[in-house]
Amino acid sequence: MSSPTLPPSESFKFSMLLSDTRYRGMSLQVITFIIFMAVFFWLVDNTIKNLALLDKDVSFNFLWLRAGYDINQRLIPYTNDSTHGMAALVGILNTLLVAFVGCIIATILGLFVGILRLSKNWIVAKLMSAYIEGFRNVPILLWIVMVFALLTEFTPAPRAFKGAEPEATMLFFESVAITNRGTYFPAPVLAEGAYWLLLCFGLSIVAAIYFIRYANKQKKDTGKSLPTFWVSSLVIVFPTLILYFAMGQPVSLEYPYLKGFNFKDGIHLRNSFLALTLALAFYTSAFIAEIVRAGIMAVSKGQSEAAASLGLRPNKIMSLIILPQALRIIVPPLISNYLNLTKNSSLAIAVGYMDVRGTLGGITLNQTGRELESMLLLMGFYLAVSLLISSFINYFNRSFQIVVR
Amino acid sequence: MKKLFLGVLTALALAAGGTFAGTLDDVKARGNLLCGVSTGAPGFATIDDSGKDVGFDVDYCRALAAAIFGDPMAVKFVGLTSAVRFTALAAGEVDILARNTTWTYSRDTDLKQTFLGVNYYDGQGFMVKKELGVKSTTELDGATVCIQVGTTTELNLADYFKENGMSYEPVPTADNAESQQQYLAGACDTYTTDASALHGTRVNLEKPDDHLVLPEIISKEPLGPLVRHGDDNWADIGRWVLNALVIAEEKGITKGNIDSWKDTKDAEIHRLLGTGDGDILAMVGLPKNAMYNAIKAGGNYGEIFENNLGATSGINIERGVNASWTKGGILYSPPFR
Repeated sequence: MSSPTLPPSESFKFSMLLSDTRYRGMSLQVITFIIFMAVFFWLVDNTIKNLALLDKDVSFNFLWLRAGYDINQRLIPYTNDSTHGMAALVGILNTLLVAFVGCIIATILGLFVGILRLSKNWIVAKLMSAYIEGFRNVPILLWIVMVFALLTEFTPAPRAFKGAEPEATMLFFESVAITNRGTYFPAPVLAEGAYWLLLCFGLSIVAAIYFIRYANKQKKDTGKSLPTFWVSSLVIVFPTLILYFAMGQPVSLEYPYLKGFNFKDGIHLRNSFLALTLALAFYTSAFIAEIVRAGIMAVSKGQSEAAASLGLRPNKIMSLIILPQALRIIVPPLISNYLNLTKNSSLAIAVGYMDVRGTLGGITLNQTGRELESMLLLMGFYLAVSLLISSFINYFNRSFQIVVR
Repeated sequence: MKKLFLGVLTALALAAGGTFAGTLDDVKARGNLLCGVSTGAPGFATIDDSGKDVGFDVDYCRALAAAIFGDPMAVKFVGLTSAVRFTALAAGEVDILARNTTWTYSRDTDLKQTFLGVNYYDGQGFMVKKELGVKSTTELDGATVCIQVGTTTELNLADYFKENGMSYEPVPTADNAESQQQYLAGACDTYTTDASALHGTRVNLEKPDDHLVLPEIISKEPLGPLVRHGDDNWADIGRWVLNALVIAEEKGITKGNIDSWKDTKDAEIHRLLGTGDGDILAMVGLPKNAMYNAIKAGGNYGEIFENNLGATSGINIERGVNASWTKGGILYSPPFR
């Protein structure tokens, strides 16, 4: 059967836009685009009309007005005299902090759980399955509230630490206090000369990196492996330690102590922060574990058998043969889990953590009544962060993929 | 382009000048009043054991519904948190907001709301556990404070601690119930909100006597019902139903004796109850006996106060400044003329 060929003399007819396969695809796309734009403009027009009905305008001037409210967790200087814009920034940093710490914990946990789920040990494998299914199949909001409830209900109030025979005592030589308002750690105080120490530490790390590079090269050239872990650990720790004592211990610890209603000084990790970060990390780690498992299982069994026949030990097989190949499969879906964690952090208000949703999208929105503007800014922020994370990990991912020559 | 946009906006605004002007007609067509109340503020708006909405704000809405329909039950209550209340009102999800809301300049102007008056003169207070040994707010330096987000109390708190050179740590919560839970769990030393709400919350705690509402009041919180900008007639109706309840107390008209005023020589009472010749309530589109029905619904202002906040309710809030001006308070209605 031969396809009918159109005579070239046939003139263009309007109906051909739909009947002729040469034009149909294009005209359908144009129609779809027109419909899409019509709906979009209708939505925008509707919004403007309704705002006008309410006698409201669209203005972002409120960002430069005095906020007037306080925020408990601030990574940058902020008082109630600061602007709404600053309050939003404090919230943004709080969001990023949770996302950053959460992603790190989730990755480490997910990696371990994912590998252990493949363990030949029945109990370990089943325990990890239970962990994964438990966290994956319960809504994240419930986990956040649950962890928060555990942290506040089953820990002592700061008052319990008072008195000659207190009901609760601080852990680790009177340095860490776990209370129902958060956990207090000793904070490092830098005295004069501490910067030399930091410099020395930084240089040691650089030296260790060079050593590892050298060791890798050595291995490539001669096949001998050097004890990189032990040598680099010593290189990092020793010079700094020697300098620390030589300079008369310029870094001291500031211990938290009970004063009035609360503990003073030290580093205060609020329960809201802990609950949100831990719940997000546990929840996301369950998904990451499954990705890790899938990545490992996707590496052909022949690879590990070949490595074993060469005499490599199981842990070497995992770190040298399996994981490098599995990473190529693991990294892309990891992105979406990092994005999910970041976006899920907007549930912070459930435990009173002041993230950007809580400051800009919560208190500022309420005090100024600028719902549309605040929501647009919030959406813009989450969009920007998500795109940034994606592009960063995509860059990272490229260095892992097999280079095709 | 920008000019064009603004021009279109202005044109739309002008064209739309009277679109929200028919709230009364909308309410009548719907057959019930949509009243935004708190999701749970003892004394102001709660749900009793039988599932019925009760409270000071609830009774005001019932009076308003009675004025419009002659039926105090023709009202649907919409529970709103402090964070969504203004949005809900602006978007038309409720016809009126009676949700212990403080009347402030920016809410009146920037948020485009119209406050109908003050139905409760409140102030911000603090509640602490007695075992803490705190007797005054000046001893709260360094305390952790539970506070509802998106309220005026949040701003007062910041101002008050700054003025007095004290520090504090805010623990933000979504509503009264969450604040209460955090406070009881000891996640904060003190819970701050309007003193009336603190009293209401305290009596509902398991052991009310273990808790103390500190004597200091750190702010003015005139609470009142409000409607959105743009419908003055609807605002007038809400305002004068509130005034009618206040006047009724002033004149001694109660739920029980409301039918015995037919022969009074007081012309204002006749105007109020619609027993005279004229029909001044037609001016706002209400039936002649609207205020009669409103007062009959839950009694006058004093009765509503006693039943929900006063001795009868168990919350035991004193009338104080909320007494009628004839009894030493500052409740004073313009004349019903």
